[in-house]
Amino acid sequence: MSTVETKATSVQDAPQKQETLVHTQPSSAQRLSTFLSTYVFSKDHKVIGLQFLFSTLLWFLIGGLLALAVRWQVAWPWSDVPVVGKLFAQQGGQMAPEFYTMLFTMHATVMIFLVIIPILAGAFGNFLIPLMIGADDMAFPTLNMLSYWFMWPAFIAFGSSFFVEGGAASSGWTSYPTLATNVNSSPGAGWGQTLWLIGLTFVGVSSMLGSVNYMTTIILMRAPGMTMFRLPMTIWAMFITAVLQAFALPVLTAAGFMQLADRSLGTGFFTPEGNIVNNAIATAGGGQPLLWQHLFWFYSHPAVYIMILPAMGMVSDILTCFARKPLFGYRPMVYSVAGIAGLGFIVWGHHMFMSGMNPALGVTFMVSTMMIALPSAVKTFNWLGTIWGGRIQFTTSMLFALSFVSMFIIGGLSGIFMAATPVDIFIHDTYFIVAHFHYVLFAGTAMGVWAAIYFWFPKMFGRTMNEFWGKVHFFLTFIFLNGTFFTMHILGAVGFPRRLADAYHYETFHHLQPLNAFMTYCAIGMVASQIIFAVNFFWSMFYGPVAGRNPWNSNTLEWTAPSPPGHGNFDFQPIVHRGPYEYSVPGVESDHLMQTDPPNAAATATAAAAH
Amino acid sequence: MKRLAGLFWSLLFLAVPILGVVTFAVAPAYDIWLPKDVSEHGSSVDGLFYFILWLTGAVFVVTEVALFWFIWKYDANNKKAEVKYRHGSHVLEVVWTIVPAAVLLFLAIYQMNTWADIKMRRPNMAPTVEVIGRQFEWRLRYPGRDGVLGTPDDLHLVNDLHLPIDEDILIQLKSMDVLHSFFLPNVRIKQDAVPGMKIPVWFKAREEGVFDIVCAELCGWGHYKMKGRVTFESRESFEQWLEVKYQEQEATQASNTET
Repeated sequence: MSTVETKATSVQDAPQKQETLVHTQPSSAQRLSTFLSTYVFSKDHKVIGLQFLFSTLLWFLIGGLLALAVRWQVAWPWSDVPVVGKLFAQQGGQMAPEFYTMLFTMHATVMIFLVIIPILAGAFGNFLIPLMIGADDMAFPTLNMLSYWFMWPAFIAFGSSFFVEGGAASSGWTSYPTLATNVNSSPGAGWGQTLWLIGLTFVGVSSMLGSVNYMTTIILMRAPGMTMFRLPMTIWAMFITAVLQAFALPVLTAAGFMQLADRSLGTGFFTPEGNIVNNAIATAGGGQPLLWQHLFWFYSHPAVYIMILPAMGMVSDILTCFARKPLFGYRPMVYSVAGIAGLGFIVWGHHMFMSGMNPALGVTFMVSTMMIALPSAVKTFNWLGTIWGGRIQFTTSMLFALSFVSMFIIGGLSGIFMAATPVDIFIHDTYFIVAHFHYVLFAGTAMGVWAAIYFWFPKMFGRTMNEFWGKVHFFLTFIFLNGTFFTMHILGAVGFPRRLADAYHYETFHHLQPLNAFMTYCAIGMVASQIIFAVNFFWSMFYGPVAGRNPWNSNTLEWTAPSPPGHGNFDFQPIVHRGPYEYSVPGVESDHLMQTDPPNAAATATAAAAH
Repeated sequence: MKRLAGLFWSLLFLAVPILGVVTFAVAPAYDIWLPKDVSEHGSSVDGLFYFILWLTGAVFVVTEVALFWFIWKYDANNKKAEVKYRHGSHVLEVVWTIVPAAVLLFLAIYQMNTWADIKMRRPNMAPTVEVIGRQFEWRLRYPGRDGVLGTPDDLHLVNDLHLPIDEDILIQLKSMDVLHSFFLPNVRIKQDAVPGMKIPVWFKAREEGVFDIVCAELCGWGHYKMKGRVTFESRESFEQWLEVKYQEQEATQASNTET
């Protein structure tokens, strides 16, 4: 026991473990190879995490600009596009309808496959898992490196597809056959769609490599004393996300290859007999377009949870830290994440209520979908329970985390409308669903990601971000996102369909242009607000105030390591004595008890409190 | 100053439920709301929409106001009381698991009958008309004088659908090329048209009028312009119209064979 104590108490004084580099004038070739192995082909989970972070933030910018172009067309169809309009000189500065379909397809593709999934699992999963469980790195560092570098063929495939003949994929991010499988169906159904499928496959390979690594690392490499039920919620969420990936991804990969074969070999898995597209010759067929939808959503519904669970985990940790209070209902939180993951595999059919799928099967999916709202509700109540009776500190990170809860309530509740099959008849494929998933994925996940960036930035770069400008960024983003997305609910209530380049020639929708213009102004404001974030991010990286090991007085293991942690993470062996949420323990002087703090001081304190 | 900051942020979170409710409350005044419904089953769809709206609206207001209240009350700069050191409450967990579970299950069972009426209890009759989606138009085929689809006397039209009111309509929905979705906002009907499938769609219109047919499933670059119109009219004027169109078709076919 005493050795443990001395180890743990000497944390603050222990010198940082450093790589012993030879300081005798390395040759330029040596220097280059050191540079490459440290920063480019690094096997260090922290560098890989940051590589994911920078890449995904860059794609976030591209996805945001694509969204602005989409919003421009919806608000002012067929009017000259400002700034970049000259690029479409052949249309006189306007956007062609096929260009518009490409824009929203690629907006969704970029945001889902190149931003949300890799920023959660790739950036934060990589950076946080070893640090939060007290390991020196991932179980398979080489696989980990490959998981990042397999993203590059995807980046290149998706990025280059904008420049091939016919443009990038334009069959929607769901790529429903026969629009996606028949090369005659639309301009983007040529090379653009093929590159889209290739890109998707590489994203899948990358996710799979990450998933295997995360599961193994979390199961096998936890520090002494770190039982499964002492893991922070972030790690639980990452673990269950990895399980979801492992089971769901093979289906998508197989489906992707089937679609590729349909397109290039004429296999006809998804094409029925005698299908005539755009006056081309009838195909041999023998397939079923609905088969793709089942396979696609069998992956992509669990993927919806892959896109939210890690954010939920990180928000849980941030809320407890800045409410200075233990997490309310730790075990129910873990069980609800597991419940979401389990139910997540049997609800995919709710994307297909109107698809022509057997309506009796729709009833089954409706019931399971209603039930999956339950664990989400339990999580929300527990977050409210967590901040109840706390001492809330309004840091930027906390504001983003609180807004995650506030916005997730909206996104969660609006889902019930679509789950109700008769209501879905009317609002399916309208802006109501667009509002719903933007509340979950932007107002939810993206806000959670910002909370996490402001929170873990000191650990990543050793400096804290500017709080004042962080709050300005939060305030503007919060206002504009609600201006953009909340109004989509009432737009959907009119039945305003998504994916239409111009809906105003319909009698039902002709009066909705002013509302759409308002939403576009808000969207422009929202994207513009991110300039504040970008400047704050890069400025703070070099000039922000230096952070110590534990700037937020948090409890989890990563805050015992130096900021930023050196190679191998910890300069001592962390030994875990308690769960991650022991804030404001009665009788303990400090308002937090770190997981590594020796138990005797805490034991006497809790014993006193029990009396 | 710091207390003011706490107040400012809590009021920002209070603005969410207030503006949220206001948005939904004023939207109908600007006609940004459910379009007119002329169908028989539409009232039960809309009723369910309103039921869920009130239910989720109540949960929305209560949880968002609770969030605001906690943020305001437990601001670190504002409060003296000790932090409540709790790891949870078994009773609360059970309550807030069972209650939503019961509500959700009720909701699931409550709507089944409406769904079955619209999508499962198909009227036993021959199709009134066949609707075929094709990039980027709605092709229509009426059975013609023999009342049987697929015979040489079928009446072929595009985008201009006429149907009689106050009687069961059965549409046979098909697609020639890619996915489309047959969406009648004013009849609360939506059904994807799938290549290789014949999908039945049925409803009963109660009012005369001319309304939009919208394509609601991405079908290519011209998806936005795949617009049709549906005219609901009395049986007599429907038959008159059918006869006029039939004569027009006969005339053009005759002239085609002559030349």
